[in-house]
Amino acid sequence: MKVITANRLADGRVVYFTAEKGWSENPDDAVRLSEADADATLTLASGDVLTVVGPYLIEVDSSADTFRPAGRKHVRETIRQTGPSAGSTRALEGV
Amino acid sequence: MYRYDEIDREIVDARTAEFREQVQARLSGALTEDEFKPLRLMNGVYLQLHAYMLRVAIPYGVLSSEQLRTLAHIARTYDRGYGHFTTRQNIQFNWPKLVDIPDVLDQLAGVEMHAIQTSGNTIRNTTTDPFAGAADDEIADPRPWCELIRQWSTVHPEFTWLPRKFKIAVTGSPEDRAAIGVHDIGLKLVAKDAGEIGFEVHVGGGQGRTPRIAAKIRDYLPANELLAYLTAVLRVYNLAGRRDNLYKARIKILVESMGADAFTQAVETTYRDIRGRELALPAEEIERVSSYFVPPPAGAPDEAPSNDRAFLTWREVNVKPHKVAGRAIVVIALKPYGKAPGDATAEQMEAIADLADRYGRSEIRVTKEQNLVLPHVEAAALPSVYEGLKAIGLATANAGRPSDIVACPGLDYCNLANARSIPIAQAISEALEAAGLDEKAGEVTIKISGCINACGHHHIANIGLLGVDKKGEEVYQLTLGGIADGDAAIGKIAGPGLSANDAIDAVVTCVQVFADRAELGETFIDTLTRLGHEPFKEAVYGA
Ligand code: SF4
Repeated sequence: MKVITANRLADGRVVYFTAEKGWSENPDDAVRLSEADADATLTLASGDVLTVVGPYLIEVDSSADTFRPAGRKHVRETIRQTGPSAGSTRALEGV
Repeated sequence: MYRYDEIDREIVDARTAEFREQVQARLSGALTEDEFKPLRLMNGVYLQLHAYMLRVAIPYGVLSSEQLRTLAHIARTYDRGYGHFTTRQNIQFNWPKLVDIPDVLDQLAGVEMHAIQTSGNTIRNTTTDPFAGAADDEIADPRPWCELIRQWSTVHPEFTWLPRKFKIAVTGSPEDRAAIGVHDIGLKLVAKDAGEIGFEVHVGGGQGRTPRIAAKIRDYLPANELLAYLTAVLRVYNLAGRRDNLYKARIKILVESMGADAFTQAVETTYRDIRGRELALPAEEIERVSSYFVPPPAGAPDEAPSNDRAFLTWREVNVKPHKVAGRAIVVIALKPYGKAPGDATAEQMEAIADLADRYGRSEIRVTKEQNLVLPHVEAAALPSVYEGLKAIGLATANAGRPSDIVACPGLDYCNLANARSIPIAQAISEALEAAGLDEKAGEVTIKISGCINACGHHHIANIGLLGVDKKGEEVYQLTLGGIADGDAAIGKIAGPGLSANDAIDAVVTCVQVFADRAELGETFIDTLTRLGHEPFKEAVYGA
């Protein structure tokens, strides 16, 4: 399965393309795409140049309510999905 | 400190206003992303994994307390309450919103700061010895020369579109603390017998994919000819440097392909044509700029006896001798055990600014080791400074010790990364603390980069880690024997790549071998040179 992700233009935050053809910060809202649908949906999503920067497809293992990044970029995409794994941000957010 | 003149102010104000319009144009669709990207990069704005990142120039690593307070304010208002000091003596904010960045730039302009030339194929911020103007071994203060380079290189029309980025470092001391050997141009202030000063010029050093140590191309350049000579080097590079291949575009590749002798000849020929003309620095101008960098007056000596062992250890490790009587250099290691190297919270920045105002002539420096320095502390105030730092969790006595680890942002933030750096650094730091190795081991440097771009300076670490991507997994290459300062050297790969946990163990093991086998007073490099790499490799990889 695949999911489309990008960074939001106004603030750079990680967003995912949704079934409603919008964007959400919540990964659970991401529309899961079959191989067959992926490219056409990416073309559609890429038209949204005033909302996001650089949409692209990521490989995922999908379950009923969420997904886990898979494939070669899984570490990177997991960090994008869940935030920095270490350092000040995590420490500060934990406070 | 140097104060901006009208020209500086106009440039910065114009650029800030222009960038505000460019952001608006992007948001409205008048500019496409492809058009906007180079414009934002020219203003230090990158798009990272989770957010935009703003890189702010700290000219030659020198900050006033007022500037540091502004950085704290930006961290609190526009970021997540902290900033990240980098190996380029700059600061990066990891979370600003694009829509807020014009306001951030306005705030920076208010304290004579900006993000111009922190990206792109231009002459970047010049770096120097963080102890400049304070070091007791200094031949001359490098800051006036850095300032003259800053003025000359800022929006320089001829050198705004170089084949690749360009970095200059200057040292004023025989003990190079600016790593001049791994810069595009490294300048070393030297004195002639008659007391006249000039520069030894090194060209073609660098890290990244093809690490190289710079070649010395001139033993002595009269100081007032500095800008003419730099122009000659840049002109040769700008014309002959490769633009067809990103990986072969740095000046180090040009120097190597031409050969140092031919390159030197080309520079000297160009220099002969321009020297003694408009680029020659008039004595009055050198004097005018130098007048902003006068040494502090003598201070009251530190005479009060202390039984506080923690303070005494901190003083021994983090306080360095000053050239003026009754003053001391304080290194504030941004390396509390288990924390992210180089990060400082807004509260910490403000407290440090207060300490600088009260005890250190309102001046702060940023080091390439991702630490801060109070360069001119009155010696009698050292106990108060220590208490002040302790209150904000920054009195760890580990400047220059094993746990003074350098790490780039790595895969937790950086778009180019292969592997994480920060959690590796944090885990190593904790393990070193648990094993008491800061006390047991002598001088050793540990540096970690999340990819071959080498922002974490792993090539020039005594013990280096480089993150690589092996079929989607994070793997770390261990290097031994790199040297940053003085007789710079590139570390050698010790063996096969290691998993994150094994890499952490490997670094700690190497420090342990060093602690166990060093002879009195030896640095890691001394021990490595005496024993060879084998005992270290054996301890890490087995016989
Ligand atoms: S070394 Fe690589 S991973 Fe680290 S900050 Fe530089 S580009 Fe990013």
